[in-house]
Amino acid sequence: MELNNQNPSQEAFPGDVHPSATGGIVVTKLDDVINWARSNSLWPLVFGTSCCAIEMMSTASAKYDWSRFGFEVARASPRQADVIIIAGTIVNKMAPVLKRLYDQMADPKYVIAMGACATSGGPFFYNTYSVVKGADHVIPVDVYVAGCPPRPEALMHALISLQTKIKAGGRPEKMVIEHFYDKPEK
Amino acid sequence: MEREALQARISAINPEITFEEGGEMLNVYVEPKDCRDLLQTLHNMDDLAFDYMFCLTCVDWKTHLTMVYHLESTTHRHIAVIKSKLDRTNPEIDTMCDIWRTAELLEREVFELFGVRFINHPDLRNLLLTDDWEGYPLRKDYEDPINMIKL
Amino acid sequence: MVEEVGVNDTGDLIINVGPQHPSTHGVLHLVITLNGETIKKIEPHLGYIHRSIEKMCESLSYRQFIYVTSRMDYLSSHINNHACALTVEKGLQIEIPERAKYIRVLMDELTRLASHQLWWGAAAMDVGALTPFFHAFREREMINEIMEETCGARLTMNYNVPGGVMADIHPNFQRKTKDFLKFFKTKLPEYDEMVTGNIIFQNRMKGVGILSKADAISYGCSGPTARASGVNCDIRKLYPYEIYDKVQFDEILDSSGDCYGRYLVRMEEMRQSISIIEQLIDNIPEGDFQAKTKAVLKLPKGEFYTRVETARGDFGVYIVSEGGLTPYRIKFRSPGFSNLSALNHMACGQKIGDMVAIMATLDLVIPDIDR
Repeated sequence: MELNNQNPSQEAFPGDVHPSATGGIVVTKLDDVINWARSNSLWPLVFGTSCCAIEMMSTASAKYDWSRFGFEVARASPRQADVIIIAGTIVNKMAPVLKRLYDQMADPKYVIAMGACATSGGPFFYNTYSVVKGADHVIPVDVYVAGCPPRPEALMHALISLQTKIKAGGRPEKMVIEHFYDKPEK
Repeated sequence: MEREALQARISAINPEITFEEGGEMLNVYVEPKDCRDLLQTLHNMDDLAFDYMFCLTCVDWKTHLTMVYHLESTTHRHIAVIKSKLDRTNPEIDTMCDIWRTAELLEREVFELFGVRFINHPDLRNLLLTDDWEGYPLRKDYEDPINMIKL
Repeated sequence: MVEEVGVNDTGDLIINVGPQHPSTHGVLHLVITLNGETIKKIEPHLGYIHRSIEKMCESLSYRQFIYVTSRMDYLSSHINNHACALTVEKGLQIEIPERAKYIRVLMDELTRLASHQLWWGAAAMDVGALTPFFHAFREREMINEIMEETCGARLTMNYNVPGGVMADIHPNFQRKTKDFLKFFKTKLPEYDEMVTGNIIFQNRMKGVGILSKADAISYGCSGPTARASGVNCDIRKLYPYEIYDKVQFDEILDSSGDCYGRYLVRMEEMRQSISIIEQLIDNIPEGDFQAKTKAVLKLPKGEFYTRVETARGDFGVYIVSEGGLTPYRIKFRSPGFSNLSALNHMACGQKIGDMVAIMATLDLVIPDIDR
């Protein structure tokens, strides 16, 4: 599969604008416009359980600012949030709480599993009696981020991948995630 | 107070107390029924004045359980470690939470992880685990084939 | 969780705070009994991040279990690792080289600075001031960069090993640290201008959550929480380890015992940490950074206890060893556990808004409490 030159997450607007005498006419597909609008204004839920929460706070603050990409307000209430970033380990006592928060979010909702603990149990995989080995045992996950804790840039890559996934709208050929370490052989 | 003087002073309180040789801190072994009286004396006497309890835990030796209390005095700056051997089938000991308020939560943790019952504790229930947890996880014979994946 | 909420027999309201709430301390669930807005009882429910670390460490070797303590109190991860390495060295009776001691103390004090910076930003955010958070993180990022060059990681660095440190410091370390200190010293007066002297902040913090000296000792409090009540409990002064007996610094005590006292103690501790780093940064001796140890470590039969001073208080590692490859029992004495037990005592009779101010100055990190 050859790498698409135009990364869909970097398109300015999915459609053509035709200027006319009385203003402009936009010709596009409604699905594309809705996906574009949704992906550029995802509001995350404040949900951090352990160490990854500190890297999430670093991503939110001034050096690696995530509000450039639309994640401006981090809402405290799940009813007003679009994406839940599971930053930290999920244990048996916390799993029902996570499920309840996910159920309270309104559709369309997305989930990012940040860090090794949320992906698969992480460093607490062997010989623990209370850790859920991966947040996807509880709720369906869209994007997984590796790292313990992942760097803020890794979290940004995950956020941009989520935006690409939303804009692709379920079409696999549109879902082009840039991999900065895979160079195509010429 | 120096270690030898402390040892002499403590054994004067109760002649049945034994001490452990070596170790970096003074280790005192006492029976569970005398434990509370000893600790009360250690707290109240002015020349001992052990007012700061900085660790309360339990160790599972496979034949018995041992309660371990680490005490320090903020005025005299001496440290003592009080240990008490409990029966494994029915471990019970008096609570210390009216002498040191820090023992309330610490004893709840030992109760749920080891199964030691503290007599006269105001509120003995699970702290870290869910209320319906079965078994005592930190004991050596705890088996949980579903959750614990062996290396 | 929900089944306790409601109105009880005497007409008091019972509410839940957490486990998911905008305060950045972690997953703490408080069940508060209120009469109007006055608090009658606070009951903490823990265990939402209980990762069974003590059981897990019984199957890890003496070199492996150190990484887990980084994740417990992740804001003082160096200092936690330091305590574990000291305990293993005490058991094996190894002497570590001078250079390693200096590097360890420097990293400890940088970690303490970073932890207090984040505490300052989060405390101001809890009582409503949102801007200091970004200022605090800007400075914290500078320390993270210094750590990343030398240790390889920003947050959970496993840099201390039994015998010394894992690798030598980067050639840029001394220069970058000195530049950072020069920059940070101009920022502390800004912090005072923004928050400390602010009349709204002072009204929210003064006279709130008073903890007397006898109560602080009885509840087992340590660290800045107890020092603000007048208790002498700095482990660096009482039982000095590494080279803390050779550096000049003051133990900061305050006698008011309220939230503002705890705030001032931590701000002054930041200045003391800066002074310690300045004394050491140019005088690191040459030599090895790690003592020679065997590949497989086995502690002799016995018990070993080490105490260090983290940013939160008195952290203890208690290892019971039976002579095998893995520890028989490990207990981590966490400072947050005892500090939290004093919360009910401090907050009874105050308003619900004061509870947030008290939690902000207690500086709790919940994974440290739940282990």
